[in-house]
Amino acid sequence: MPTITFDRRLAQSFEFIFAGIVILLISAGILNLYSAALNIKTTGTAIYMKQITWGLTGIACMVVFALLDYRIIQRVSYPVYALSLAILIITLLYGKAPTGATRWIDVGPLSFQPSELTKLSLIMVLARYFDEHWRPEGFGLGELIIPLCTIVAPFFLVMKQPDLGTALMIFFIGLSMVFFARIRPGSLLILLTGFCALIPLSWYMMKGYQKRRIVSFFNPMKDPQGSGYHQLQSKIAVGSGRFFGKGFLKGTQTQLHFLPEQHTDFAFSVWAEEWGFLGTTLLLAAFVYLLFKGLEIAAHARDRFGMLLTVGIVAHIFWQMTINIGMVTGLLPVVGIPLPFISYGGSSLVTTCTEMGLILSVGMRRHLF
Amino acid sequence: MYLLDGDRLVPHDPESKEVRSRFWSPYILIIVLLSALFVRLWYLQIVKGKEYEYTSRMNRIRTVKVPAPRGMILDRKGRIIADNIPSYSAYLFLEDAEDIAVTLGKVEEILGIGHEELSALVESARGLQFFKPLLLKKDISWKELAMLEVQKNTIPGVRVEWEPRRSYSNGSAASHLIGYVAEIDALELKSLREKGDHYRMGDFIGKSGIEGKMELYLRGDDGALMKKVDAYGRDLEVREEIPAYPGKNIFLSIDIDLQLFAERLLRGKNGSIIAMDPRTGEILAMANSPSFDPSIFAQGISPETWQNLVSDPSHPLENKALRGFYPPGSTFKAIVAAAALQEKLITPETTFNCPGGIRVGRRIFRCCKRSGHGEVDLRKAIVRSCDVYFYKLGQMLGITRLASYARSFGLGSSTGIGLGKEKTGLVPTPEWKLAQTATPWKEGDTVLTAIGQGFILLTPLQLLNAFSTIANGGKLMRPLVVKKIEYFDRKPVEEFSPDVLGMVNVNKEYLEFVQEALAGVVNEKGGTGGAARLEGLDVAGKTGTAQVVRTRLYEGFPESEIPEEFRDHAWFVSFAPAKNAEIAVVALVEHGGTGGSAAAPLAREMIRRYFEIKDADNNL
Repeated sequence: MPTITFDRRLAQSFEFIFAGIVILLISAGILNLYSAALNIKTTGTAIYMKQITWGLTGIACMVVFALLDYRIIQRVSYPVYALSLAILIITLLYGKAPTGATRWIDVGPLSFQPSELTKLSLIMVLARYFDEHWRPEGFGLGELIIPLCTIVAPFFLVMKQPDLGTALMIFFIGLSMVFFARIRPGSLLILLTGFCALIPLSWYMMKGYQKRRIVSFFNPMKDPQGSGYHQLQSKIAVGSGRFFGKGFLKGTQTQLHFLPEQHTDFAFSVWAEEWGFLGTTLLLAAFVYLLFKGLEIAAHARDRFGMLLTVGIVAHIFWQMTINIGMVTGLLPVVGIPLPFISYGGSSLVTTCTEMGLILSVGMRRHLF
Repeated sequence: MYLLDGDRLVPHDPESKEVRSRFWSPYILIIVLLSALFVRLWYLQIVKGKEYEYTSRMNRIRTVKVPAPRGMILDRKGRIIADNIPSYSAYLFLEDAEDIAVTLGKVEEILGIGHEELSALVESARGLQFFKPLLLKKDISWKELAMLEVQKNTIPGVRVEWEPRRSYSNGSAASHLIGYVAEIDALELKSLREKGDHYRMGDFIGKSGIEGKMELYLRGDDGALMKKVDAYGRDLEVREEIPAYPGKNIFLSIDIDLQLFAERLLRGKNGSIIAMDPRTGEILAMANSPSFDPSIFAQGISPETWQNLVSDPSHPLENKALRGFYPPGSTFKAIVAAAALQEKLITPETTFNCPGGIRVGRRIFRCCKRSGHGEVDLRKAIVRSCDVYFYKLGQMLGITRLASYARSFGLGSSTGIGLGKEKTGLVPTPEWKLAQTATPWKEGDTVLTAIGQGFILLTPLQLLNAFSTIANGGKLMRPLVVKKIEYFDRKPVEEFSPDVLGMVNVNKEYLEFVQEALAGVVNEKGGTGGAARLEGLDVAGKTGTAQVVRTRLYEGFPESEIPEEFRDHAWFVSFAPAKNAEIAVVALVEHGGTGGSAAAPLAREMIRRYFEIKDADNNL
């Protein structure tokens, strides 16, 4: 059984441009973080230095997972999923809370955000489940109970942390995969009805600050000191970049800390302010390339698991970037969702790179076996 | 093709239609949503870019007003009358308040502002006003200032800023002359803005007196500090500084010593004292009683206090020296005498018999001395204030000539002092009477006018100026209050020199005769102004008793037994020395009784004080 194999045909199908763009995005992210955190005093290593370490780790993970035969992933998907749920529960019980939320857990010297692993393990487990129970004509309601449970379980655990952003991502990724696997029309109707009924329930479940954010999204001036103010400042930052941007390290909104969470969730605003419309268009173009290439690889994957895995990962990147940019440009309410590659965060970067490696792995092996 | 691993039931063929068709929706979803993001970025960065760039600049530059101190008002010797003291106000910077509820709670506690009021204030700032500081409380006390400063770090968003506030070193001294400043009202703001002046809501503006007249000089140019601040409102650096230019300093002709002295003399009385240098027209003192404390306006006057001031029957806000109307009484005789001499109707030697009254038409006009003065010449008529003599002069002159002489002494028109709303007084003529009362002028009116009664009305300043004209040999001077204006660094702006408005058409020798006769009023036995006599100084002056309209009920009663509001106004107009006078003083005591007893001592004390101050200055 092939594990890490090297073959001439593998090298031929390696998507060098794809990998190159990933590295470019990571570099842009580090550059952006350097500017965003320029005036933030930290004890110990500078934020951009940490991100360089994480970036290198990520690139290494990408290469390793590209070389690794992804069918191993298929085999370990159930245990990994179980493990990730277990870690979530442990985090809830023992996690540390940098901002009042229990999202982090210590692994040796490193702090690790287990919900990142949750997203990947959900993609893996759904890909395997749908692959093994494939219904070309679409799934019925009964057949969807198990996949929906695999979505809802981590969703509630992450929601409990509370991390609305990641919970939403779990929800979006899971549903994307379910829709991709297709639902029979009758079942879809019932499912949609049930979903609509869930909306008021989820409002009830939300924490005060989460509700406030949604309220202030619809009326930003009502709470200008809160998230509406942050979004306003973010819009000012993005807009004031104009076509060419204010230049590297010259974004006033950034350097004077008018931006909230400017090195994490609002990193895109920093980028937009300093590099302008030109920079944001280039960034969007890079993402478009990754997404389209991902879909192309998925379409040509040799097996269904590879296809489903890749589609799940594309969904992950797509939703995360769309919601993040939509949020910082004031199209969507503020939810804590980082921008892949650009926002600061080791767990997220390493996970995303691993996912990129998996896409590459699927792409490399489309002519094999 | 079957998969290698596991026991799949369904084969996977990437080329199959079944697989291909699944990819349509992801592609469409990505294209649609990313296009939306692209359009959004286009909108923010290209369409609205300029606007947001401006906002981002404003975001980090905070313009802070640097209030310019108002110019000082000083007396002729450079002693401060009006100055500025720092007044501290508490402001709320909404965007700096981390937790608005906590901050407002502290504000409530320290400044004692009601919860409702605060909420309304914060609510009013919603929207675009968000970055503007909100005034919490003006003019906070030292205790509040200390509390705010001590707790500074626990109440983010609240800041104390200082502003210069008008203060008057001598309290209510010369309050009518100096005037007061108060917050600009909407009407003033509108009219000043139309003229292109940079006033803002909340600015203080001179409302009356020198403060009002000299507003354009006194007002400084506010400066501005453009500070770069970070999101927490912390000052990072000063980007640009537009310095504040203090207003110009106004030097008055007033001697504050003499002014305060005049006010002490008037204490407990209603009336007015003005001192003037007849040679130049410079006002040395201008006191009115009752007066007010001008600083209450600078602090922001309460509606009740304002109501009380306005409705007070003794009119404490009124500058009686400029705006009070009184019949001049016998003081007017000095002018009638000069006119009769000039018209050669009489010589100083001309005598008339005073039997104690004369009949004009159907009415008997009595003399002040019921028993009559007997044979009197002009000098004696002035000294003893014989009414009959002047009734006759009035008959001889006729109202037209009488009025024209009165006008040439500056009566019946504004003196040109230029302090707001000076009243012109009234020198009656037949035309005026016909127009006003629809009755023809009678000879009795002329006769009454000749002794300063009847329709004639003057302000104390007009009367003083007329006597100054007699004292200085015929020059009608423009009364001067402002001597010079200087920049805050003492560079001169403008200096005001004496201004001769005209010469009265009376020969010098006649004026000298009148001067001499007026000296007799004070110094001669039987003169009505004996109370103004001073050792070693030739004081000249004329008493006057302005009749207050009253019922016949009190006819013949001694003055002291008549209720105050029906008592006559007491006048004394004087100058000293009688030849080459350097000071002229008018004293008016409302309802004070006779001029000789109520007003003359006040004028005497003023003159004495003037020379005391002069001697003291010379000995320095």
